[in-house]
Order: sequence, then C-alpha cells, then structure tokens
Amino acid sequence: MSRPRISIRNLSKRFGDHVVLQDLNLDIMPGESMVVIGQSGIGKSVLIKCILGLLKPDAGEIFVDGEDWLKFSEDEQLVHMHRIGMLFQGSALFDSLPVWKNVAFALLQRGADEREARARAGEVLAWVGMPGVEEKMPVELSGGMMKRVGFARAICHKPDIIFFDEPTTGIDPIMADVINRLIRRLHREFKTTLLSITHDLTSAAKIGDTIAMLYQGRIHRQITPEQLHSDQDPVLRQFVEGHAEGPIQLQEGGEMSSKEDAQI
Amino acid sequence: MNLLQRIGYYTERMLLRTGQYAAMFGKVVRRMASPPWYPRLILQQAEEVGVQSLPVVLLTALFTGMVLALQSYIVFHRFAAESMIGAVVSLSMVRELGPVLVALMVAGRVGSSFAAELGTMRVSEQIDALWTLSTDPLRYLVMPRLIAATLMLPLLVIVADFLGVMGGYAISVGMLDQNPAVYIEKSTQFMELDDMYSGIIKAVFFGLLISVIGCTEGFHCRGGAEGVGRATTSAVVIACMSILVSDYFLTAWMFG
Repeated sequence: MSRPRISIRNLSKRFGDHVVLQDLNLDIMPGESMVVIGQSGIGKSVLIKCILGLLKPDAGEIFVDGEDWLKFSEDEQLVHMHRIGMLFQGSALFDSLPVWKNVAFALLQRGADEREARARAGEVLAWVGMPGVEEKMPVELSGGMMKRVGFARAICHKPDIIFFDEPTTGIDPIMADVINRLIRRLHREFKTTLLSITHDLTSAAKIGDTIAMLYQGRIHRQITPEQLHSDQDPVLRQFVEGHAEGPIQLQEGGEMSSKEDAQI
Repeated sequence: MNLLQRIGYYTERMLLRTGQYAAMFGKVVRRMASPPWYPRLILQQAEEVGVQSLPVVLLTALFTGMVLALQSYIVFHRFAAESMIGAVVSLSMVRELGPVLVALMVAGRVGSSFAAELGTMRVSEQIDALWTLSTDPLRYLVMPRLIAATLMLPLLVIVADFLGVMGGYAISVGMLDQNPAVYIEKSTQFMELDDMYSGIIKAVFFGLLISVIGCTEGFHCRGGAEGVGRATTSAVVIACMSILVSDYFLTAWMFG
C-alpha cells in the first residue's frame, strides 16, 4: 500500500478556551479527492490553514510526502508551497492586478519570462472556460468568473496538491456545477491530490472519492459518496438530513463559532 | 473596572501593541538582508508616499512659514527686532515644524492607506493567497512600504523646510516690508549643519514609525469592513501620537 500524500496526526488547535481541532487524524492518499464536510465554524478552514502553514497548530504533526511540514522554517515552507495550489472561498484575487497577472502570479514570482507566463495564463484560463479575460481587472468579474479565475490561479503553476475552500459557496447552482465538473476533470486528467472543504453535500458527493465528516474537533466518520445518504451514523444523518435536533448541539447564536487567528 | 485595573489594562494593551510593532520591524529588517527586494514595488510606493504627498506637504509648509513670519513680526515689532523673523522661521521649520508637520500629514495620508490596503487584503484572504503562491507577504507588501516611507520622508522634509522659509520670506518681504537680504542673511546665520541633520534624522525615524504602525495595523486587521475601519483609525491616531511623543525625546537627545 502506498504512503499517504498528506498525513495528519493528532492535530490540535484551540483559540483561547475554544477547542477547534482535537487530536485530529486524517490520511489523504496520492491522487485521492478527499472532501471534509461539517457545520459552519466547526474548524474546516482552520484545518486547511494549519496544513498550509497559515496557522500554527498547538500540537500534532502534518506530513506531506513523508516530510514533517511543521518542522520547516518559513523560508522552507515557501519553497514547498510550489507544490500546492489553493482556491479560496472568496477567490482572494489581487485587486490591483489584471486577471492574467493574478493567474500567472506564482510563475512571475519564480522569475518566469513574462511572455511565457502570459501564454500559460491564457492556456489555463481557456481550460477553466474563461478565454479572453486576460486584461480585465478582478472588479469587472462576476462571482462565478472570479471563482474560475481563482481556480486557474490555483492550477497555473502545476501543483500536485490542491486545496479547495468552499468551492461552490456564494455562486448559483449552475455555476456550482461548472466548478464541480472542473474539479472532477482536474482530478481525472492530472491525478492531482485534492482536499476540499465544504458544507455543500451535492458538491461533496460530486467531487469526492472519500468524504470525511469533521465533528467535535475530530474526523468523526469517513465514507464514500455513495454512502452519503445511506450511512446510519446519527451525527452524519443529522447533518445530511439537516435536522436542528439530534446529537449535534448548536452553540448560542445557532452555529459552532471559531475565531481565526492568522500567524504569518 | 476600577482605576488601577483600567490603568493596568491599557498599559498591557500598549505594551502588546508596541511588541507587535517591534516584531514587525524586526521581521522586515531580517528580510532586507536577502533577495528578492522588489525594486519595482519600492519605486511604486516611493511614488505613492513621496510624489503623491507633495501637494499637501507643500501647502502645509508654505502656510506654516507664512503664519510663523506673521506671528514673529507681531512680537518682534515691539522690540524692534523684526530682522530676526528669518532666523525664527528657518530654525523653527528645520528643527521642528518641518519634520513634525510633514510626518503628521504623511501619517494621515499614507499611514491610513497602508492600514486600509493591507487590512482589506487581510480580510479578503489576499495575504493568505500570497503565501500559498510562494510569496512572503511581509517581503512583498511591508518591506517596500517601509523602505519607501523611510527614504521619502527626509526628502519631503527638505522640500517642506525650503518652502516654509520661502513662505516666511514672502510675508516678511511682500507684506511686512522687511529687507529681503536681511531675511536671507538671518535665515542662514543661526542655522548650523546639525540643525539640518536633526531634522533629517527625525524624518527618517518618523517615516519608520508611520510605515511600521500603518502596516502592522493593517496586517493584523480582523473582522471585515469594520475591522479595516478600526485599523485605519488606529494607524493614524497611534502614528500621530507616536510622532509627537518621540519628537520630544529625539529633540532632548539631540539638543539636550
């Protein structure tokens, strides 16, 4: 059996008294598309930010291709980021740069020739179905277009691990399906290892090989998309069926809240 | 909270903030030792801090020189010492008013924009995005701003000093019928090279203060649009207060 691409061991993170992640363990195999589902504010984004080095966990280990990710210095982490791509929930495009410079940002930072970087950006934009927008500014794009430009930026430098933070949140169902199809196509064509976090179960079922439910700071259950509606685990059932009553207890205000505290 | 607790609370907050500024400064200085230095971004920021601030700085300096000449005349006229107007205007501008007023203007214009830009980038995850694209946000965003502000403030102060003295000249000679040669002579007679240096040293220090405070407030901004607003206000208020307080200690150190 091959070694996991990403292996998370006993990861813990708290903000003050609020425990967000507690001894979380998760393995993602090479070429696997893993989707982590869970309520809003349960710690899904915290998990991704810990892996990316944007948050420092209180305890635990994160191995990527067998290398202890948390032992790297900031400079070493930056070098290893070349292998990673990330699509942010709000796309996080740089307002001051035109689309093509956003998409080719990682290449330009690595000293790529401007003409080659521009050509690569055009190629990737065409791949995500957005040809001809190279010169536009992010402010001229709709939410769905921004997602796709963010997608193009995440894959432009050919990373072999890509993270998706709520890839279908904030866009209409048709555009959400376009994004889901792009993720599937990416997975199929390039065998990229994917980790997505979402509370959109339709999307989770479409893009995941494995679905893991995050609950009370741990991975509560791992299933296949086919098991999503048949699994009888009461916590998973409550989440999938969307009942307010059940084992999942809501905090005051109606959701599990977590503070986020950027480290870099 | 009783008075003592309140004092303790605010002292702790002040120390924490000072620690954040010192940490930011240290991290950026450490990064200056190795490439990449982003010269194009430094030039862009120099244009923003220096060239774009010129109109407001020039107007401030000009009118300050003019009002200084007018006020000095009112007092000196009683003692028939009008010839000293040039000395008062030039020394006041070069030693104190030039650096302090330019710094206050730049803190309002540039410190706030640093905090707002970086704050917006923080809350919209653009700073996190930089990291995931193998780009160090401190090196890419903060270092060029810090270098630009530290280099441009002294240049702005030199221009402001000159314009302030010229403003005094215009009022002295044009309105108060003073001898132009006497104004120029007295302006330079009491001026020493150390006076120029002290103004420049202050300007360098103020440039550092404005950029470190503005960038730190923006970089650690929290909580959406409201957070960006808070960061911007804090950047301006803290920078202005720091400029005035540190001006006293710098003056005491250099002339005490």
